[in-house]
Amino acid sequence: MSAELLELTASQAVAEIDAGAVSPLELFDFYRERAGADRDAGAQGLGCFTWVAADAPETPAGVPLGGVPLAVKDLFCTENVPSQSGSRILEGYLPPYTATVVSRLQHAGASLLAKTNQDEFAMGSSTENSAYGPTLNPWDRTRVPGGSSGGSAAAVAAGLAPWALGTDTGGSIRQPAALCGVVGLKPTYGTVSRYGMIAFASSLDQAGPITRDVADAALLLSHMVARDPCDATSLQTPAKLELPCAEGLEGVTLGVPGELTGEGIEAGVLDSFNAALQRAEELGAAVREVHLPHAPHALSAYYVLAPAEASSNLARYDGVRYGLRAEGAEDLLDMYTRTRHDGFGPEVKRRIMLGTYALSSGYYDAYYGHAQRVRTKIAEDFAAVFEQVDLIATPTAPTVAFGLGEKTGDPLAMYLNDYCTVPMSLAGIPAISIPCGLSQGLPVGLQLAGPAFSETRLLDAAHALERALAFDGAPARV
Amino acid sequence: MSEHDTQRSNGAATEQLEAVIGLEIHVQLSTATKMFCGCPLSFGDPPNTHTCPVCLGLPGSLPVANARAVHFGLMIGLALGSELAPRSIFHRKNYFYPDLPKGYQISQYNEPLCSGGRLGEVRIHRVHLEEDAAKLIHVGASGRIHGSEQSLVDFNRGGTPLAEIVTEPDIRSAEQAGEFLKLLRTTLRALGVSDVNMEQGSLRADANISLRPAGSSELGVKTELKNMNSFRFIERGIRAELARQEKIITGGGQVEQETLHFDPDSGSITSLRSKEEAHDYRYFPEPDLVPVAIGPEMIEAARADMAELPAARAERLEAEVRLSTESARALAFRGELGDFFEQALASAGGAPAEVPPQALANWLTVELVPRLEDIEDPAQSLVTPRALASLVALVSAKRVSVGVGRQVLDRLVADGGDPAEIVASEGLAAIADEGELARIVAEALAANEDAAERVRAGNDKAIGPIVGHVMRETKGRADGAEVSRLIHAQLGA
Repeated sequence: MSAELLELTASQAVAEIDAGAVSPLELFDFYRERAGADRDAGAQGLGCFTWVAADAPETPAGVPLGGVPLAVKDLFCTENVPSQSGSRILEGYLPPYTATVVSRLQHAGASLLAKTNQDEFAMGSSTENSAYGPTLNPWDRTRVPGGSSGGSAAAVAAGLAPWALGTDTGGSIRQPAALCGVVGLKPTYGTVSRYGMIAFASSLDQAGPITRDVADAALLLSHMVARDPCDATSLQTPAKLELPCAEGLEGVTLGVPGELTGEGIEAGVLDSFNAALQRAEELGAAVREVHLPHAPHALSAYYVLAPAEASSNLARYDGVRYGLRAEGAEDLLDMYTRTRHDGFGPEVKRRIMLGTYALSSGYYDAYYGHAQRVRTKIAEDFAAVFEQVDLIATPTAPTVAFGLGEKTGDPLAMYLNDYCTVPMSLAGIPAISIPCGLSQGLPVGLQLAGPAFSETRLLDAAHALERALAFDGAPARV
Repeated sequence: MSEHDTQRSNGAATEQLEAVIGLEIHVQLSTATKMFCGCPLSFGDPPNTHTCPVCLGLPGSLPVANARAVHFGLMIGLALGSELAPRSIFHRKNYFYPDLPKGYQISQYNEPLCSGGRLGEVRIHRVHLEEDAAKLIHVGASGRIHGSEQSLVDFNRGGTPLAEIVTEPDIRSAEQAGEFLKLLRTTLRALGVSDVNMEQGSLRADANISLRPAGSSELGVKTELKNMNSFRFIERGIRAELARQEKIITGGGQVEQETLHFDPDSGSITSLRSKEEAHDYRYFPEPDLVPVAIGPEMIEAARADMAELPAARAERLEAEVRLSTESARALAFRGELGDFFEQALASAGGAPAEVPPQALANWLTVELVPRLEDIEDPAQSLVTPRALASLVALVSAKRVSVGVGRQVLDRLVADGGDPAEIVASEGLAAIADEGELARIVAEALAANEDAAERVRAGNDKAIGPIVGHVMRETKGRADGAEVSRLIHAQLGA
C-alpha cells in the first residue's frame, strides 16, 4: 500500500479519500513518518523540514482537500508552531495566529504536515542561507535544491510531502521547482493574501503552490485565492479559477523573449527548453519571438527595490518584543546592534545594508526612484507583448542545480539565478515553472507567464504541455 | 506684534527682532478603532490589553487603513479650507525606538491628505494622517530612558490614529500660538473628530521657532521644541526659547538647528539632538497599503457630517444675533459658552426685547464665567441657561438693579434656583417708588455736603460717595442710572 500511496498525486489522493479507498489518517501517518525520518536523519537527510507535526489533525468528512497533508514554508505564521523564516533571530518563535492562506487551506481540509526549510527571510536561491542548515537536492545530494523555497520543492520532489506552499519574491517558487523537477506557480500579485507571511519585500512577495503536477497546483491554488480584508493589497479576482483540462495548445501563441533566452543560459538548459517549444508547436501552439527591451535591467532594479523594502520590513527584529535578544547589552543601541549582529546571517545583513543605502536621503531618487521607473517600464513591456501573444515562455533558471557551496562566495553569480523570473515578479504577473526535461541528469524548468489574472489559461497551457512532455519525477523519490 | 512681545520679555535692545513660529499639532482622532487594525482606542486601561498582531508589529501582520480616520481627516481639511488630494498615499518613516514596534511609523510624506488652508490669521501648510507610537514607562529615579532600571512598553496607545496639522510660520508670539491652539481645539471639538484633551495627550504640539530682523522676509535658524501638552507649557516654552535665542543673537552668537525639550517644572530647555544627529527617516511609499482615492462622494459625506464651525458661528452671532464682534468670537471660539448662550436665548422664546442678546452675552462672559473659576463649561454649574436669561430679563426691565443682579448671580452660582424667587424671598426688588428714592437721595446729599458741592461745581467724579450712600440705604436695590439722574436733578447740575 505504501508504494501506492507514494505514487498518488495530491489530487489523486483527494479522490481516493473521497472514494473511501484511503483514510486521511493513513495518508497523514505515511507522510509524517517519511518527513519525520528526514528530519531525524539530520545531516544525513535532505534537510527539508524545520518542524514536523506530532499528531494528525481531525479531518471532517467531505472537505474539498480531504485531509491531504501539506508542507508549509517556514515563513508562514502558524499558530503555536515554530515560524522562524529560516532565521536565528526568530528561533523558537511561536506566532499567536495563522496566516490567512494557511488557515484557508486548513479549512478546505489540508492538514499541516510540516514546516519547510528556506533561505533566511527568503533571501537566496539555494536554501544555503538558512540558519538551520542547508537543504539538499534529492536528484543529487551534492547539489542545491534552489531557493528560497528549497525545502518545499525538495520535499515534494523526494515524496516527503504530497504538496507544499512556497513563496516567490523574485523566483523563490519557480527556481527551486525547476531545480527539483516539480511544478511551482507564482500567482498574480494580490490574488493570494500575504497576511501572516513573514515579509521579505512586500510589493513582490506572493504565496503559491509547489506540487508534483499542474493539476495539483491548480487545485491548491483554487483554495488559496481570495480577497482578504486583512491585506490591503489583496484583490478580488475577476473570474473564478478553473481546474485545467486542456490537452492541446491550438490557438495559443507563445512569445519567446530574445532577452531571456540568449546569453547566460546554459546550453543544456536551452536545448531542453527548445525541445519543449517544439512539443508545444506539435500541440498546436504558434511560437514567435518577442521583445522585452527592459528585461535585462530587471535584476538591477529588483536588487534595489527588494532590499529597500526588506531593510524596512526587517527593522522590527530589534530584540524588544519577540525572538532573539542579545544578552549583556550596555544600552538600547547596544542591544539593537548585538541582537541584529547575532540574529541575522550575512546575506540578510548584505541586503539590509543595500536597501538602507538605496533609501538614504540624497540617494533615494538615484536608486529607489530610478528602480521604480524601470519597474514601470518592464510592466509596460509585458503589456505590449501580451497585445501580440497569449503567453510568454522562457527557461525558468539559467542553469540546472549547482553544487553546494559553489556560489555562496559570489553573491552576484547567485543573484543571476533569478534572471528569467524577476521580470514577471516586478510586473506582478503570474508565472508557472514545469519540468521540461533533463540536462546532465538534472531537471530543467520551463517557465510560462501570462497577463495578470490569466491563471486559468496559464494552467491549461501548462497542463497540455506537461502531458506531452511526460517528465518522470520518480527518480528523486526517497 | 512680535516686536512688542519680545520687547516685553527681553528689553528694548531687541526691538529689531521678530519671532517666526510654526506649529505642528498632533491630534488623536476619536475613531472607534486604531489607524491600521481593529483594536479599540483606550486611555488609562491596564497596559497591553488592546493589542493585536498588527499593532504589536508581529511578523507577517499587515496594516489596513481606517476609513473613519480618512473621513475625519477630510472633515478637518474642509474645516481648514484645505485642498483635498484626489489621491493620497502613506509612507514609511523608518527609525528604531522601543515605542515603535515595526521599526517604522506609517505616516504621510509628499502626498498628504490635505494641503494648504487657513485658520484665523494662520495659514495651514498641510494635514496628514499617521499612527501614534506606544507609551514607554521608564522604571527608576530619572523617569527617562537614560539611567532607568528598566523600560516597559504599553502598546494600548500604539496605532491610535493621528492627524498632524502643520501651520505655515505665520505666528509671531507665544500668545498668538496659544490663541491659535485654542481656536483649533474648539474647531476640532465642534467637528467631533477628537476629544482634544491635552492632559490625556489627545492634542500635542511641537513648535518651530526662530528669530529674524523685523521686516525681513528670510527665515532665521530654527529650533524645534517638542511635544508640549498644555496651553500653558506651550506659551511658556515658546517664551523661554525666544528668550534663549535672543540672548544668543544679541550676544553675537548663532542659533544652532536642534531639537529641544522644555521642562515645565524647571523652565529649562535642553537639547534632544543636534542637526548632525538628526535621523534620516528613509521615507518610501508603504508597500503594504494601496493609495487612498478620495472621490466626490467621500468629500460630500465629510461635508455632511460637519457641524457649524466656530468661525461661521461667530459670523452668524454677529450678523444675525447682532452681538459685538468681540462677544460673538468669545462665544463662538469657546463652543460651550456659545451653546449656553443660545440655550439661554431660546429659553426666553427668542424675545430680544425682554432678554437683549448683547446684555445676555455680557452677563455670561463678564459676570458668570469668572464666577465659575475651575468649571470650564457653564452647563456644568448650578446656573441653568433659563435662570441666566431670567436674570438678564429682570435687570433689563430694571426690576432689579445691576448690583442686585450680581448678588442674585452669586446665589445662583452657589445654590442654583430661580432668580425671580430669590429676588422675592430676599426683598431685593428695585425701588419702584420714585418718591421714596428721591427722599433717600436728598438724605444722601445732606449727609455728603462736600461731595454735593463739588458735583454741583461740575466734578462728576465726586458723585461716588453720594451714590454709595444711596446704595447702602437701599441695600443696592436702587438703579444706579436712576440714582445718578436724581442726584443731578436735585443739585440742579
